[in-house]
Amino acid sequence: MTDAVDAEEIRHVADLARLDLDDDEVEAFTEQCGDVLERFEQLEEVPEVDAEPDLVNVMRPDEVEESLSQTAALKNAEETEDGQFKGPNVS
Amino acid sequence: MSLNAFITETDIEGDGDGVLDGKTVAVKDNISTEGVPTTCGSRMLEDYEPPYDATVVERLTDAGATIVGKANMDEFGMGTTTETSYFGPTKNPVDEDHVPGGSSGGSAAAVAGGEADLALGSDTGGSVRAPAAFCGVVGIKPTYGLVSRYGLVAYANSLEQIGPIAPTVEEAAELLDVIAGPDENDGTTRAEGADSDYAGAAEGDVDGLTVGVPRELLDGADERVVDRFEAALDDLRAQGAETVDVELPSCEYAVAAYYVIAMSEASSNLARFDGVRYGNSGGFDGNWNETFAESRSEGFGDEVKRRVLLGTYALSAGYHDKYYKQAQEARAWVKQDFDEVFEDVDVVASPTMPVLPPELGESLDDPVQMYLADANTTPVNLANLPAISVPAGEADGLPVGLQLVGPKFGEETIVNAAAAVEA
Repeated sequence: MTDAVDAEEIRHVADLARLDLDDDEVEAFTEQCGDVLERFEQLEEVPEVDAEPDLVNVMRPDEVEESLSQTAALKNAEETEDGQFKGPNVS
Repeated sequence: MSLNAFITETDIEGDGDGVLDGKTVAVKDNISTEGVPTTCGSRMLEDYEPPYDATVVERLTDAGATIVGKANMDEFGMGTTTETSYFGPTKNPVDEDHVPGGSSGGSAAAVAGGEADLALGSDTGGSVRAPAAFCGVVGIKPTYGLVSRYGLVAYANSLEQIGPIAPTVEEAAELLDVIAGPDENDGTTRAEGADSDYAGAAEGDVDGLTVGVPRELLDGADERVVDRFEAALDDLRAQGAETVDVELPSCEYAVAAYYVIAMSEASSNLARFDGVRYGNSGGFDGNWNETFAESRSEGFGDEVKRRVLLGTYALSAGYHDKYYKQAQEARAWVKQDFDEVFEDVDVVASPTMPVLPPELGESLDDPVQMYLADANTTPVNLANLPAISVPAGEADGLPVGLQLVGPKFGEETIVNAAAAVEA
């Protein structure tokens, strides 16, 4: 058992990530994630690197093109209504 | 006994008469096939049928290939053994008590077991090269941007590429020729792959080639693997290549940096799976957040949950600088290390995997040990470079793979050198 992370933090992160965990899962993940995070702490030794990121913007004209039909886009949804996705209540 | 290489068997016929006419291909199940289930090895997408084809699938069928199956894989690509698949593990055709490697284990097993002539996998931290090494076949991880990712279900976008798996270097290179090249649907693709002739480069002419050997990547490796690796280097020297020791001090941090970046990207990418537009639905009782959490808890397996938790943690307030920012520094360092080494050598060689294929069930419960098996493959993804895994004989009846890394868009160089290893 490591102390890199505790059960309360795992519950908090699970909440942020929209994962329901039961008590057994919280216990197992706390220990496993603790082991992994302990390995990650090694990254503190990494020096600052002076590197130029070789990134460029890739642009294209914003033109109307053929796209998926509404029927095709909705085909995998569990529930639809009037040609739209139907989701759960927001609150 | 079946290898369980395929999640779905298919018969998607090619409609061209190109170079792959008459060839059968297995396609990893995170690559979209129109109207054909694409599960990513997850219960979450058990019933998902994409409404369109990935660009690489169009290129395969245009070249005349027949797609015979959607290959088994670790769930969403998260694993090194293909044991995290919701659809059960794939067996290694060389020895069925052992794992085929992962995450593209079904792809490599299908080729090694004769169930397909060729296969496509995806490689985020070694997922094409690891199974190629463990199954005794050839796998290529292309330079980032060489192959379109359009239609590949994202795990960690900044790291992953689709790559070929085949029995020989020349056939893998030929499949890469078919899938490489720019795609207007993927803004990260580059012009370099257009009109390529990688297959033509598979000559095995290494006379005068300089091979760099980073001793760091041998330190923790199994002795039996190192023996095979050294024998392969002897063979290259006998063919006229020169080998020199090189240093890649940053690689010690590659596994940690890779996992922080991959998990962080995964926690964001997998946020789309909420059971509304597609995927396992938790039912509509309760509010938005409760319903999503129910759907995701049921749909995702343990390794996916672990990575989403760790990625969310690494990006959360107070921890971002400690983990994510440092991982990006390490990534820049790894790139810089390789740039410097390629000023003096043509290719960098190491064992693909530091271990022999584990037995089925051996490595599942210890995530840290499983992650460390990726020590030699993850630096390549961090540096956006091309690499090939080529068979280098067997130890105790199990295949050993040799990895050759090239400079950016140096696919011809690694294909040529790999052909000398298999000769």
